[in-house]
Amino acid sequence: MLAVAHLFARGTLKRGLWLLVLMTFTAQALAEFKVALILDRGGKDDKSFNSSAFEGANRAKEKLGITLKFVEAADDNAYEGILRSFARRDFDLMIGVGFAQKEAVQKVAVQFPDKHFAIVDSEVQAPNVRSLMFEEHEGAYLVGAIAAMASKSRIIGFVGGMDIPLIRRFAMGYEAGARKIDPGAKVILNFVGITGEAWNNAPKAKELALSQYTGGAEVVFAAAGASNFGVFDAAEERKKLAIGVDSNQNWTKPGFILTSMLKRVDEAVYATILEAQSGKFQGGIRSFGLANQGIGYAVDKYNEKLLTPEIRARVEELKSDILAGKIVVPDFYKTR
Amino acid sequence: MILDELGASTLRVSTPLVFAALGGLYSERAGVVNIALEGMMLVGAFAAAAGTYFAHDPWVGAAAGMASGMSLAAIYALFVISLRANQVVAGTAINILALGLTPLLCKALFEVTSSTPSIPLSDRFHSAPVVAAWILVLVSWIVVQRTPAGLWLRFAGENPDALDSAGVRVNFVRWVAVLISGGLAGLGGASLSLFLSSSFSRNMTAGRGFIALAALIFGKWRPVPAAVACLLFGCFEATQIRLQGITFPGGGSFPVQFVQILPYFLTILVLAGFVGQSRPPRALGLPFRRE
Repeated sequence: MLAVAHLFARGTLKRGLWLLVLMTFTAQALAEFKVALILDRGGKDDKSFNSSAFEGANRAKEKLGITLKFVEAADDNAYEGILRSFARRDFDLMIGVGFAQKEAVQKVAVQFPDKHFAIVDSEVQAPNVRSLMFEEHEGAYLVGAIAAMASKSRIIGFVGGMDIPLIRRFAMGYEAGARKIDPGAKVILNFVGITGEAWNNAPKAKELALSQYTGGAEVVFAAAGASNFGVFDAAEERKKLAIGVDSNQNWTKPGFILTSMLKRVDEAVYATILEAQSGKFQGGIRSFGLANQGIGYAVDKYNEKLLTPEIRARVEELKSDILAGKIVVPDFYKTR
Repeated sequence: MILDELGASTLRVSTPLVFAALGGLYSERAGVVNIALEGMMLVGAFAAAAGTYFAHDPWVGAAAGMASGMSLAAIYALFVISLRANQVVAGTAINILALGLTPLLCKALFEVTSSTPSIPLSDRFHSAPVVAAWILVLVSWIVVQRTPAGLWLRFAGENPDALDSAGVRVNFVRWVAVLISGGLAGLGGASLSLFLSSSFSRNMTAGRGFIALAALIFGKWRPVPAAVACLLFGCFEATQIRLQGITFPGGGSFPVQFVQILPYFLTILVLAGFVGQSRPPRALGLPFRRE
């Protein structure tokens, strides 16, 4: 009898200990907010779109004290597994960067309704998913206007990465911006490819840009991920101009990059983490455009000589016209 | 003017293919399937960019590219020749290895995984790779068709037993062939990162190793026809670049996708026997073991 009582007491003690351990863990989990950032194939050093997302998440890590884990997916089939493994562990917010993660986020978010998700550049309809969308066409419109003003030949070029609606949206805005300045401007549109390889094929992007420069283009806008650097090389060789995309790429080839169309993925990621951490996370679409500085164009010490005061004044004028609703920039997403 | 441009572009675009196809030629004529060309090109592209970055000399970079291609080829040879592993499986493994190894080394050397620092215009090749590639085509033609070493090479792929009876070590010939293959593929990679662009970026070969292999088959495993096939595929690419976005008078634009499948489509036609006959070396893919 005594022995049984003894056993029982020991059992309670053990259970009590477990409870204590469990409680400490929970307390710890509450104290730190865990964020997973899933980058696409460009990787965190693409000096473009992923770099920007990574920067925003790191800023959150420093300022908000969150725990940050990031992964670079090796191929498009890996997203689902990565997302699920983070959700299954004690991560609070999973951020997928890039349109290629759409299906994976959609699927995993349904399976983990009490976890938060965010996706950049794509729309996912679920209460626990925030879709971070950018008004790329507005920025492309402005750099298109800049390109048309900087080109004396009245010919400008565009090199897109993969031929997808998102990149078509850039192209359409760019063309419209150029036509606003010079209705007779010729715009040469090219795409590197039709598969994911297109983001990483600088040699081909360079050939495309070279053929555009030969065709008379004086400014080429590159929206092609890591392939952008092929376009910049072509600009350097032919002593012509290029326009960068997503992050500020002016510094990568000083003197040859007229400006960069900025897409503040960093701001979007930071804002999402901040709101999720303070319990104000909301699903649905959050869009970033000229109005909230989510989209813009870069002016810094590397290109201030290339962007003349007249060009800058005219672009600012166009920008305020767009904000005032006097100019409606055509949006490829709405033409379909 | 436009034709000049097209010609120059064709020569440029086909250069890495010519190197890699010649690389494939040595290996396959000796009886070793080489689908690892893609991986060997990739490490070559990386090593060339890294070497040039540190040495400020593209020739040093090219040498590094060649050496790294040969190193990877040595691993491949060890498995498929000495250990008689399945060549397709081992080749695939080599490609995957290269895909993972390059960002890892890039991270170790430059703290970034995606690309090496950009190489200034003055430290890049301008036309040397094109000239070198075509000299190598000529040299390979002489070596393969006109020298005793070439005869050994061909026998190692056609009838290794006969070569063995003649007192030549088949696996030695194959080892040398695979090493040459790796070196040439490495040079092809170097021409990609030092000539066609200004840095290495992740998976930048983008299937060029396989296109080179297709050219080799299209060229019936002979140096000059294979190089001409590379030129043809390069011409498709260059034409496609210039046809993109051009709209026909009656509306509608040129289907880019169609041009992109042309190299593969033509290769299948050749293999199916529609355009002459293409016969692989008889002992291709078979490991050699002395009876």
